[in-house]
Formats: sequence, C-alpha cells, structure tokens
Amino acid sequence: MSESSEAIVGKANAQILSGNVANKKNSGVYGQWGLSWILPLLFIIGWEVAARFALIPANLLPAPSVVIATIYQLLLRGELVPHIGITLYRVIVGFAIGAIIATVLGSITGYSATYRRLLDPTLQALRNIPSMAWVPLFLLWMGIYETSKLTLIAVGVLFPVYLNLMSGIQNVDRKLIEVGHVFGLNSFQMIKQIIIPATLPSYIVGLRSGLGLGWMFVVAAEIMGASKGLGFLMIDGQMTGRPAIILGSVVLFAVFGKLTDSLLAYSSKYIICYRRS
Amino acid sequence: MGEGLRQNESLVIDGLHKRFVSQDREVIALQDINLTIRQGEFISIVGSSGCGKSTLLRIIAGLDTEYLGNVSIGSNKILGPGVDRGIVFQEHRLFPWLTVEENIAFGLQGVDKKATQEITKEHIELVGLRTFEKAYPHQLSGGMAQRAGIARALVNRPKLLLLDEPFGALDAFTKIQMQQEILRIWQLEKTTMILVTHDIDEAIYLGDQVVIMSSRPGKVNKIVPIDLPRPRDRTSDDFSQVRKIIYHEFFKEQDRPFVYAI
Ligand SMILES: Nc1ncnc2c1ncn2[C@@H]1O[C@H](COP(=O)(O)OP(=O)(O)OP(=O)(O)O)[C@@H](O)[C@H]1O
Ligand SMILES: [Mg+2]
Repeated sequence: MSESSEAIVGKANAQILSGNVANKKNSGVYGQWGLSWILPLLFIIGWEVAARFALIPANLLPAPSVVIATIYQLLLRGELVPHIGITLYRVIVGFAIGAIIATVLGSITGYSATYRRLLDPTLQALRNIPSMAWVPLFLLWMGIYETSKLTLIAVGVLFPVYLNLMSGIQNVDRKLIEVGHVFGLNSFQMIKQIIIPATLPSYIVGLRSGLGLGWMFVVAAEIMGASKGLGFLMIDGQMTGRPAIILGSVVLFAVFGKLTDSLLAYSSKYIICYRRS
Repeated sequence: MGEGLRQNESLVIDGLHKRFVSQDREVIALQDINLTIRQGEFISIVGSSGCGKSTLLRIIAGLDTEYLGNVSIGSNKILGPGVDRGIVFQEHRLFPWLTVEENIAFGLQGVDKKATQEITKEHIELVGLRTFEKAYPHQLSGGMAQRAGIARALVNRPKLLLLDEPFGALDAFTKIQMQQEILRIWQLEKTTMILVTHDIDEAIYLGDQVVIMSSRPGKVNKIVPIDLPRPRDRTSDDFSQVRKIIYHEFFKEQDRPFVYAI
C-alpha cells in the first residue's frame, strides 16, 4: 500500500476513534455535553440578532428563524419530502453499490497476495484520479439521469471501504491466526472465527468514511444536473435568489448526513460490542 | 500401557538447528538441540531471556517448520500444528472480541453445544474466573487473562501441552494454586508437559527433569533429573540441594548474574 493511502486510512481511523472518545465523555458528563452547545448557540443567537437589526443584508444571509420557517413551509407544501427522499435514495443505493463492490475487492486483495498484486496497483491508480474528473465521462456514457449519479456516488464510496477492508485483513494479528492453527481451524473457520471479527472495526471505519464521501458526491451529482433532490434545491435557491432555501438545504444535508452516520455507528456498536468498556 | 507404545509416543528432538535471518543479521536461535521426552513426562525448561525457549516450543507446536534436524512424535515428523498438541503462549493471545467464556470454548472446536458448555464451565471454575465469564479480555488483569489462556489450552485435553511461562503474571498464591492444578491434570490425564519458566523453584517443583538452556547460540547446557518424590516440599533439604545444583549450573556461564531477577 502506498504511503498516502495509509495516511488517509490512519487519519480516518483517528477521526472516528476520537469521535467515539468524545461521544463517550459527553454522555458521561452532562456538564461537558452542555459545554459543546454553548458556541453554536451563541453563534445562532448572534446571527439572529444581527439579521433582525438588519446588520447583515437579508437578501444574502437571512435569520436562522427565517431559514427554519422556509424549511417548514416547503414541508407543508409537500415539496420537501420528495427532495429528501430522492437524495436519500441516491446516497443509500450509491453507497450500497460502492460498498458491495469494495467489499468483494477488499476481501480478495486483503486475503490473497496474488490478487493484491494483480488488482491493487490498478485500483490505487484509479483512486488517485480526483473523482470529479469522472463526471464528464459518466455524463457522456450514462446521461444525466440516475445511473450516472449513482455511479459517481458509488465510486466515491468504493475507495475508503476498499482500502480499510484490505488493510484490515492484512493487519489481522498473526498471533491470533496462530491460535486458530493450533486448534486446527480450516480456512473457512479461520475466516469466520478470526479474520472477519478481527477486521470488522477497520471495515466499519471504512464504511463510515465511505458514507461521508457518498454525501459529498450526492451534492456534486445533484448540483451538476438534477430536477429533484436537496442539491437541486440548493441550485434552485441560488437561481431564484432565495438564500434561505440554500441554507435550509445545507442544514438538511447536515442533519441527514449525521443521522445516517449515527445509524451506521450505532449498528456497528452492536457488532463490536467488546469495544464498549 | 506397554513400554513399546510409550517409546512410540515419545517426542524426539534430534540435531535441531534454527536460525533467523533478517536483512543483515543472523540469529542462531537454537543450536544442536537433542532431547527425548517420553510420553507423560513433565519437563521444565529454564534459561535466560532470548535463549530460544519460545522458539523451541513453537517448533514443537508445529507453528514454525523451517528448521534443520528432526522433530517427531513417535514415528511422525512434526509438519504443522495439530490438536494433539496444545500451547499456552507467553502472551495470553485471547480474542478481544470474545468473552472469557467464549475464548475458553474456542478450544473446543467441533464439540457439541451442551458438552462445550459443561466443559467450559468446569474450566472457568478451575482457573478461578467464575465471576468473569462474561468479561472481555480488556477488562481482565494480566494474571486473569493468562489463566483464561491456560484454560483454553486445557479444554480439549491435548496429549502434549506446551506452557510458555504460563504463571509469569500471577501472584505467589495463585501461582502455587495453578501449579497444583497443572500437576493434578498431568497426573490424571498423563499429559506430556513441557513448561518454560524463569522460576527455578517452579521448574524443580513441577519437573521430572529440568533442562537448562544457555543463549547465543541457544543450546541445552545441562539436563538435571529431579528424583524427589511427589508431592514435593519446597522447603525440604533435598529440594534445596537440587536448587543449589541448578543455581550453580545457571551462574557458571553467566558473568553478570544480577541481570536475572530470579
Ligand atoms: N521471528 C523472529 N525473527 C527473528 N528473530 C527471532 C524471531 N523470533 C525469535 N527471534 C530471535 O531468536 C532468539 C530466541 O528467541 P525466543 O523468543 O525463542 O527467546 P526466549 O528464550 O523465549 O526468550 P524469553 O525468555 O525472553 O521469552 C532471540 O534472539 C530472538 O531475537
Ligand atoms: Mg519466550
């Protein structure tokens, strides 16, 4: 594995691990949990006040209350749910496709040195292409409809999942594998009882960073050309000069991005129960 | 059991050489090791750090097959690991994702559920981890983890048990208790035991023979048969006599005996 990819994997690991630590501390000590809200709250209050007293031009930066009200109105008019629905659909389907392909590729390259030599250099080379560079090609091949969007998202999800899974499998403690040999495990048992559980933490890190990239790419895909979705809503807000809609979409992206990540983190906590101390 | 069969099942190590080559360095880990260990015998191995004790056990366990010489049990050359040989590693090597109970049950591959439960429970008692059966390894103290590792190696009752400093992290009291248990299992099951230890008293207390190894290159310095009747009394004069012989042997080759905290 190249140095850069290792660095990325390491960084993602560190981020997610530190995130866990922070969460734990927060839920344990209410004072600290409250502490983290002070800054955002102050910011929002300041923003609201500034907007109310017309310190900032409302046509550029509307007050938070206006943003919330705009979101609410869109919801009441029944416009919001289809936008959210299609964006979620794209992220989830794109994520699933990317993750499945990455799981297959990562498993075989992690497990077999021959396949690693065969596939990894090519995949590493592809990974180094900035994913946005694919956009024109995908549009040419698949048009501006769903296929090209899903493909772009899948490509974004693919690499972090692939890298984390492959390195996870390669880094399974040799000493634990030896224990398996001592007790006469065959290859199938070895994979099921040792390699999979040992690799899961790193795989989940990969899935979570993949999901993060999935959200990034859905924005890109929808900005490029779509008639529906939160990304489209943003562009629409820009075209029609309604900053509240843009900000509302940003907030919704944040909310749903966090929500799906928490869902993944929460379900993985069940799988890696031994991490709970 | 006839004498012939006993002979057949002996572990024979004949002209064993093992070296590690890494980049520019070469380490002779084992040089010309010759040992015959009869079935049911209890062998203690002592020697300073780095003299190749763990390497020797790994070779017997079949985890390292790149060596010169012959290592065989009966007429079968050791070509890989097998369930006839169990090992307690120097580090506990428990699976972090399994509870104590599940880790111990891991030693019972292919045994039906009910029997697994029973045997596991029995061994959790035996190593004194009853209230910790649902704990994960990271929640255990070093000594507790080591005991779980011992239990895992014991559950499937291997014919040959290799113990690599299994009691190192235990307090004096638990250590003596565990020694007693190992002796009891040895006498009951007629297991062949090969125990590596840094504790000379432990080596004498448990072993039929004490193999003294020296380092650089790792080789067998002397084999001291322990003819004391069992159960042995660590405070008896005979015991002290044997201890004196072994200490003497140990320090003959060491210029700096204070390096070894025994
Ligand atoms: N995988 C390896 N690669 C290279 N050298 C090794 C390897 N394993 C062991 N050695 C070397 O072989 C020698 C013997 O190592 P070994 O682990 O058998 O010692 P030991 O007697 O068990 O020591 P200790 O009492 O500290 O556990 C050491 O010099 C060590 O550096
Ligand atoms: Mg050792």
